[in-house]
Amino acid sequence: MKKFNVFSLARETLRGHKGWGKQWDNPEPKKQYDVIIVGAGGHGLGTAYYLAKEHGITNIAVLEKGWLGGGNTGRNTTIIRSNYLYDESAGLYNHSLKLWETLSQELDYNVMFSQRGVMMLAHNVHDVQSAQRHVHANRLNGVDNQWLTPQQAKEFCPPLNISKDIRYPVMGAALQKKGGTARHDAVAWGYARKASAMGVDIIQNCEVTGINRSPDGKVTGVETTRGTIGAKQVGVVAAGHTSVLMEMAGVRMPLESYPLQALVSEPVKPCFPCVVMSNAVHAYISQSDKGELVIGAGTDSYVSYSQTGSLHILQHTLDAIIELYPIFSRMKMLRTWGGIVDVTPDRSPILSKTPVQGLYVNCGWGTGGFKATPGSANVFAHTIARDEPHKINAGFNLDRFKTGRLIDEAAAAAVAH
Amino acid sequence: MLLIHCPYCEDDRPELEFANAGQAHVVRPSHMSEMSDEDFEGMFFIRDNPKGVNLERWRHIHGCGRFFNAVRHTVTDKFLKVYRAGEPRPTDAELAELLK
Repeated sequence: MKKFNVFSLARETLRGHKGWGKQWDNPEPKKQYDVIIVGAGGHGLGTAYYLAKEHGITNIAVLEKGWLGGGNTGRNTTIIRSNYLYDESAGLYNHSLKLWETLSQELDYNVMFSQRGVMMLAHNVHDVQSAQRHVHANRLNGVDNQWLTPQQAKEFCPPLNISKDIRYPVMGAALQKKGGTARHDAVAWGYARKASAMGVDIIQNCEVTGINRSPDGKVTGVETTRGTIGAKQVGVVAAGHTSVLMEMAGVRMPLESYPLQALVSEPVKPCFPCVVMSNAVHAYISQSDKGELVIGAGTDSYVSYSQTGSLHILQHTLDAIIELYPIFSRMKMLRTWGGIVDVTPDRSPILSKTPVQGLYVNCGWGTGGFKATPGSANVFAHTIARDEPHKINAGFNLDRFKTGRLIDEAAAAAVAH
Repeated sequence: MLLIHCPYCEDDRPELEFANAGQAHVVRPSHMSEMSDEDFEGMFFIRDNPKGVNLERWRHIHGCGRFFNAVRHTVTDKFLKVYRAGEPRPTDAELAELLK
């Protein structure tokens, strides 16, 4: 792996960029590893990276049924924020936000992290009360968040329509200035490149078809479409397919998988300076550095693995977008797509040991896992390496649905998020 | 958008008229206070979430308003069967037959 710096750039410029080489290896699977991570998305690759870097475990395979970063890592709307209500969530998402701030330097790979600010709109009295409660709770937890009047929101985001005669007028907004966006593909590629350089095997086109266990119940490895691979520990980081994989080890999950859609417009010159979300009318929007408007829609209401979604969901979101930003009413949409998200009953993730010894699970990120990629990977690596959770993810265990100690961000936000 | 057959109205209607109501045949116990934490978790939180044939409840909320059950494939989203609430869960043999 070549370092990216001014000298390597100059050298490669002089010889026509022919010497960069491959950014990661494409090895054949070995017979045995210390740790297998199932799923080469951002969270899975990041887990392998932190296992190697912080815990000295390098005999790792990351197994991916498709190509790396080809699942939800490459399908999300790249929003990063940490303004969650509860202490546990604030701890986890803010840990992530801090890692984002230095991630490009750490990975020697430009993840294009841009702290352009994330503004969440309030459209009714309940929204205002709930958002202000979030602002206060966040500030007590050391999480950046502030309340804006409609005029201040308009100053921060000029395309916003704050007219009082729209169907759901803007009554204020909560602004997290440290929030923003990053390039999602680069996150997967950056982690893959560094992990591969430290000896991690990233094995693509290798679908896990079974989880093997010894007579006393411990994990001994996995069955795959490329043969049996042994491992002492297996971490499942498979987003929408988590229930399917955990069933292979006899563990039933508190998850439901739904299609979530997003779309981008034709690219235009910079016109939208920040990220704006509205939970009440369900519209998320930002502008990529390429110039496309990136718009997030909602989930379908039924369990599905189709990786597509209904058109009326997109239409509903675009209705809201046009009302809030009339300047986009004649914008052409270029592409739409769907991904499958795994949703927990309390809308908080699960980063946990499981009843099966040697089996760990990182799932339940629902509609908002991208923002947590570095923090999630970091504490999940700790959970696997020490066989016990980091204090940041201790509350996000699988047992909470038995004990009742939920982290009920669903009730806090009143919507999926 | 899905086209869903309501077994009461006996008509194919657009998805917008319906609300999905989650996994079918989850029995709410009559003595909930006596349940163990494990049983409560199983009833309240744990879901099948299958990649394949799913048994689920729907409600014709903007139509007759009634609940019914459906057998749907979660990869193709195709409805294989709908049946009224209270009718027994299709047997595994019947489900296999529907998939042919």
